[in-house]
Amino acid sequence: MTDRFQGEAISWEVAGGVIELALHRGPCNEIGSISLKELEQFTESLDDLSRKCHALIIHSAMPSGFCAGADLRELYQRSQEMQKGQAVVGVREFLERIHRALNTIDAAPLTTIAAIHGVTFGGGFELALVCDLIIADKMARFAFPELRLGLIPGFGGIPRLKRDLGNAVVRDLLLTGRSLNATRAHAVGLVSQLVAEGEALRAARATAVQLGKFDRRTAITAKKFIKPIPHHELKLEIDLFCQLFAEPAVEAGLRKFVESTDLQPYLP
Amino acid sequence: MPNEDKTLDEIMDLAARHFKVSRDKLRPDEDFFKTLNIDSLQALDLLTRLENHFHVELPDYELQGVTDFRTLAGRIHARL
Repeated sequence: MTDRFQGEAISWEVAGGVIELALHRGPCNEIGSISLKELEQFTESLDDLSRKCHALIIHSAMPSGFCAGADLRELYQRSQEMQKGQAVVGVREFLERIHRALNTIDAAPLTTIAAIHGVTFGGGFELALVCDLIIADKMARFAFPELRLGLIPGFGGIPRLKRDLGNAVVRDLLLTGRSLNATRAHAVGLVSQLVAEGEALRAARATAVQLGKFDRRTAITAKKFIKPIPHHELKLEIDLFCQLFAEPAVEAGLRKFVESTDLQPYLP
Repeated sequence: MPNEDKTLDEIMDLAARHFKVSRDKLRPDEDFFKTLNIDSLQALDLLTRLENHFHVELPDYELQGVTDFRTLAGRIHARL
C-alpha cells in the first residue's frame, strides 16, 4: 500500500484518515495517458487506503482551475498516427480504462469531495461528478464544451449529470456547451458548498474532519442507496462517443483546436 | 440600474486591478486580450469576476468575438 505517491500528473498523501489527491499537470490538468496511468495506480491502491481512511479530497494545485478536460492535443496527435479504425479502437480502450477508474472512485467506500476552483470543463467536470460532494469557490466554472468538437462527453458525464441534476439543466449544459459559474451551479444543486475564492480546499478539509465523527459503515450504506452507478448508460455513452469519434467533423474540430493560435480556444 | 458608461468604468477598473495593468492604459474600444495580455482561460476568469461583481449570468457564447470593453459592457448591461 502506498500512503504517499508523487507522480507527473497527480499525487496523493494520507493524513488524519483523509486521502488528499492533488492534480498538478500544466497547463490545467488535461487528462491524457500519463494522468490516466497514475489515476489507475491510485484506484488500485484505493481498496487498501479505504481501510484506514474515511474521506478522499480531490483538488488541483494549478492556479487556472480544477481540470480543463481531456488532453485534446494528445488525442489528436495519437489519432493522426493511426488508421481511422485503429484510432477508434484506441479511443474506446482509453474510455473503458478511465470509466473503470472513475467508477471505482464513484463507488469508493469512503466519502469523496471535489474541492474546485477555476476551470472545470469536460473530463474535469466528469471527474468532479464522481465525487459525493462538490465544494466550489466563487471563481469555479463548469462546462461540457464537447459539442463544439462534434462529440458528447465521454468520461461518464451524461449519465452522472442525469443522476444528479434536473433534466432542464442537463440539456442547457449539453446542448449549448455554455459554462455555468459556481453561484449558478450551487443554485441548481450541483455544488454542495459555495465558498470564497481560494477557500475550497480549506472547506473540504473541514468537511472531511466532520465526516470522521460518523460511523463509516452507516456512511457507506447510505452512499450505496443514494448514489447508484448507472452502469448501463455509462456503457452506452462509450458506444455513442466512439460512433461520433469516427465522423470526419470530429477530426476537423480537433485539428482546429490543436492548430489554433487563437487566444480564445476555450471560448465558444 | 447603472448607465452603460458606469458599467464600462467598473469593468475596466476590475480588469486593471485583477490583471495588474495600469488603469490609464485601458481604452474602451481596444482589444482587451492584447492590452491585458490574457488568453481564453484568463478571459473566462474575467467573465466569472464580472458575473460575481454585477450579479448577472452571461452565457459565454455571448462573448463570441467580443474583444473590446465597450461591447462587453453592452452585453453585461443587457443582463442587468
